[in-house]
Amino acid sequence: MSALTAGLRRALPRLTRRRAIVAAVALVLIAAAAVWAVRPERASWTSEELRLTVRSGPAGTEPVELDARFYLPRERSGKVPAVLLAHGFGGTKNSVSSDAESLADRGYAVLTWTARGFGRSGGEIHLDSPDYEVRDAQGLLDWLAARPEVRTDAAGDPRVGVVGGSYGGALALLLAGQDQRVDAIVPSITWNDLGKAFLPQSAGTDALGVFKKSWAGLFFGNGSADLLEGPRETAIGDPACGRFAADVCAAYLQMATTGLPEQATLDLLSRSSPAGVLDKIKAPTLLIQGAVDSLFPLSEADANAKGIAATGTPVRVAWFTGGHDGGVGPDSDADRVKFLTVQWLDHYLNGEGETPSDDFTWSRVAGFSALDRGLVTNGYSADAYPGLAGTRSAEVTVEGPAQPIANPPNGNPGALSSLPGLGGRLSSLLSGGVAMDVPGQFAAFTSAPLREAVDVAGSPTVRLKVASPTGEAVVFVKLYDVDQNGVATLSAGLVAPVRLTGLPANLNDAQAVTVTLPAIVRQVEAGHTLRVTVATSDQAFLTPAQPATYTVAVEPAVTLPTLVGTPIANPAIIWWYALAGVVGVILLGLLVVLLVLRRRHRRQESTVTEEYADTPLVVRGLRKAYGDGFVAVQEIGFTVRRGQVVGLLGPNGAGKTTTLRVLMGLTQPTEGEIFVFGHRLVPGAPILSRVGALVEGPGFLPHLSGYQNLKAYWQATGRPWEDARFEEALEIAGLGDSVHRKTRKYSHGMRQRLAIAQAMLGLPELLVLDEPTDGLDPPQIAEMRRVLQRYATDGRAVLVSSHLLAEVEQTCTHAVVVNKGRIVASGPVEDIVGDSPSVQLDVTDVPAATRVLAELGVRSVTPEGTSGLIVDMNGTARSELVASLVGAGIGVDRLVPRRRLEDAFLALVGDNSRGSGDR
Amino acid sequence: MSASAATGYRATHTLPFWAEVRRQASRRRTQLALGFMVVLPLIILAAFEFGGGGEAEEDSDGGGAFSSIADLATSSGLNFTLFCLAVSAGFLLVVVVALFFGDTVASEASWGSLRYLLAIPVPRARLLGVKLIVAAGYSLLALLTLAGTGLLIGTLRYGWGPLGSTIAAEIPPAEGLLRLLGILAYLAVTLLVVAGLAFLLSVLTDAALGAVGGAVMLWILSNILNQIEALGDLRTVLPTYYTEAWRGLLSTPVQADELAKGAISAVVYATILWSFAFYRFTRKDITS
Repeated sequence: MSALTAGLRRALPRLTRRRAIVAAVALVLIAAAAVWAVRPERASWTSEELRLTVRSGPAGTEPVELDARFYLPRERSGKVPAVLLAHGFGGTKNSVSSDAESLADRGYAVLTWTARGFGRSGGEIHLDSPDYEVRDAQGLLDWLAARPEVRTDAAGDPRVGVVGGSYGGALALLLAGQDQRVDAIVPSITWNDLGKAFLPQSAGTDALGVFKKSWAGLFFGNGSADLLEGPRETAIGDPACGRFAADVCAAYLQMATTGLPEQATLDLLSRSSPAGVLDKIKAPTLLIQGAVDSLFPLSEADANAKGIAATGTPVRVAWFTGGHDGGVGPDSDADRVKFLTVQWLDHYLNGEGETPSDDFTWSRVAGFSALDRGLVTNGYSADAYPGLAGTRSAEVTVEGPAQPIANPPNGNPGALSSLPGLGGRLSSLLSGGVAMDVPGQFAAFTSAPLREAVDVAGSPTVRLKVASPTGEAVVFVKLYDVDQNGVATLSAGLVAPVRLTGLPANLNDAQAVTVTLPAIVRQVEAGHTLRVTVATSDQAFLTPAQPATYTVAVEPAVTLPTLVGTPIANPAIIWWYALAGVVGVILLGLLVVLLVLRRRHRRQESTVTEEYADTPLVVRGLRKAYGDGFVAVQEIGFTVRRGQVVGLLGPNGAGKTTTLRVLMGLTQPTEGEIFVFGHRLVPGAPILSRVGALVEGPGFLPHLSGYQNLKAYWQATGRPWEDARFEEALEIAGLGDSVHRKTRKYSHGMRQRLAIAQAMLGLPELLVLDEPTDGLDPPQIAEMRRVLQRYATDGRAVLVSSHLLAEVEQTCTHAVVVNKGRIVASGPVEDIVGDSPSVQLDVTDVPAATRVLAELGVRSVTPEGTSGLIVDMNGTARSELVASLVGAGIGVDRLVPRRRLEDAFLALVGDNSRGSGDR
Repeated sequence: MSASAATGYRATHTLPFWAEVRRQASRRRTQLALGFMVVLPLIILAAFEFGGGGEAEEDSDGGGAFSSIADLATSSGLNFTLFCLAVSAGFLLVVVVALFFGDTVASEASWGSLRYLLAIPVPRARLLGVKLIVAAGYSLLALLTLAGTGLLIGTLRYGWGPLGSTIAAEIPPAEGLLRLLGILAYLAVTLLVVAGLAFLLSVLTDAALGAVGGAVMLWILSNILNQIEALGDLRTVLPTYYTEAWRGLLSTPVQADELAKGAISAVVYATILWSFAFYRFTRKDITS
């Protein structure tokens, strides 16, 4: 356990006050950044909940209470233009709150309300009736005009735009057609003719369309659900109708039962359709329609655009990849739609920005997002809205014999095309996996693989012949994009329902009718094939209940409208510029750092202290204190001259290794200077190349042999091979054949010898060896002594550290004795080793001898052991001392002269046999 | 008499690149790591051969656009290579890169040879620079070896065909190869973060294992945090947030913005980590 904590302590940086402060500051900064990142922003708008009562109905006298919310920008200069923001069918004012907030953030007063018949508003659903819902909105315009914050064009005429999707979009169109106070509208994913939307007919005949039962049912269900979940006002009619007005309910029930609407129903749907009021719309209109919308396909917006533009009112059209089936679409589309909306309002309500051009923008699926698997689209723009016929067209030939197909009773089993109301099926609708035909119920006509890709944008057309024994037929024409693997995709799940009447029983008598397929946006890639399928059933539609078998044929030519646009620059391109910028800045920074370092380096190299230019090593006032306050060495100063072998002597932990580490540039000294041949030594100073070193044991690459290690080391010096004096070094190592064994298998002594050889490679002028004899056996030690003494000739010098007195004494010319980080003695070994003024005596009678010696006038007498004395002679001759003792009758067993170095060293070690501490 | 250095010594010539390349090349871990890059595709190939009879299971919709990278792996050499890269990118390559970068300084420290290199003296910044570049070279070599082997044996076994993609249409072989190179390049860039982490740890500690393991652990931690959706946009600053963006290269046209963001993130991280490594190493006391 303690080993573990010790290990941990070593692994982790020591906690000093400085580090603690730095860590604390960093922690606080990170915490602050995190808080800043998640803090709730203060909204830039205020909102107020309202209950507004407006008077509607054919006579304008029926009061209805609407649940509304009014947003105002918090900071506004003067009066601001307003936006009426309408919600979709089945929604409430809450459904559009995020849009309302972002518009309020742009500086608009925004009024949202829950349409009559929904949520907490009163009244019944009249399906955007001009007498009810539209009148309600007119009442809201009156209310806006009376608000002091809202800008007005005239008394009672607010500066106002109407924005809404689907149900709200139709309201925007109908309101603009009924009330000229509206200044701009942005209707999205909405209808032109509700009758045609619910009873679509794709063939060029007058026959009624096919009832879109699943969408109609969803619509109706949405209006009823509110009642069933919890009636706010009790007793609103029968459960079959929910909150629908009686006439709307009756119309639905009639239509859904038979699939064939009565004239009254058609009239009602027509009143709720913008188609009739388009010529009265004077407000500039931005029409946004989704390409993945089987409820209100692109053709609805097309009809609206043509109708409004006919009177000269500015109209702009944009398509996005989404809709009632596809949702808001990918981010890039949602962003584009938002941008267009704001640009439109800013110009026509606020007078800001240039007149929006009437160019047309759309998007096409590019693939799946790599990260979240959502769809990715590319935006394109064209100069003008081309309608559904494209700017050009491509013809593809499909082939197949005339085929009989069976109409199943009651449409069951039925083919599947889209999944109304499920939402979020964007990806599957655009990439296959949903559409499915029932065998026996469909005929397929297939093209050859396309030679080149076709960018379809608009409504493809085919010519169809149908024969029916009953004289009537309901069929669904679909265009599949089939890839090389056979995966067929019904783009956006769109089908063309066709109801034909007056058909012959024999196909040969049948007239071909042109079928306009729903508009799609799709690139059919080269190598894909196109398949036109004619099916008898579709689960989304109400088909004839009677079984029958039709015969169908498709004329070979399929016309595909194409559109070539300019890709809208992906704003994400900026990231590449950012990347280039980042890399550029980094490279520039690197260059600057390199230049600065080179400059500093040069200055460093050039300084030479002439005084020491010929001295291998001068150490002055060296001090090393560690971060935790431990002082390893201090006031270390000594000199190594040419020809000297200097011994750095001290017990373990005296600071020898620390000194050598500083000397090798491994450790930064706290104070003091080191000069090698007059060059100031700093970590990595080039002058170190004139120093060979063995510091704190050998360090070899264990997987290499001794020979390879030496070679690798010399290669790392980058110096010429012939300067290495390899043979001499190997001879010193004396490893014999073992030099070719891996060093990991070496004994301690072998490694030590190899390390010394490495230090001597290139015969450096100063050799620094830390405990060189560690691990060597006595003959090798003796040999090493000779090697070192020989080495220190020719002007070279050696610095050896050792904790063994004898070694220094026998090897060195000079010695420096250190203890507890300080120098205690230094000088030539002879001087230090020379006779000391003290002797060690063994006598028979210690007290008597002490008395005698005191009379002799020696400096000190120290007892040692039971019979020993250490006497500082103070100039008295040894012979006189012995004579005096013997004369006094004291027996002298032994007299040993002591030497200075020993004195010094033993004094250090003797005090504390464990050395001077664990350093 | 007082030359500023030994004859023939030039600071800029110390620890030549090839010397360092040889130092590393002789090591068992280098050989094993590179060897494994050759063996892995072979193992994968064997698994496909013995495991599923070489045929991906057919989906009900024809096994086309929605089948995963694994199902496509046996459709062509390019796809096989893509699969090899995809399965290695998350962990194996991270470990290998962490090994090359994390071990390079720390192992010299633990052998004690670092102090002798510094006493030569190899300037500390040069030592780090050379080690960094050589580690990067070996990492790149490992990546290329993996891809090259995968491409070679994949093409030999499954033929030269278009690059089937999970998120878009098939890409013709020539362009597919370019895309694959793009993926390799992006993987290399994202791995710079691991490289930075491992290298910094390698400088901070004397234990090679600690540097390698620490870098891998931090990478895993970042991956775990990345899974926590509650963190929202804070996740975008995680170094692993964009690691999957290479998939954007499989779509047509290429979804490049995430690639750019990922590259920025990786380059910035690597620069910060490496800068700190240089700062620390050029100032610290070598105690190994």
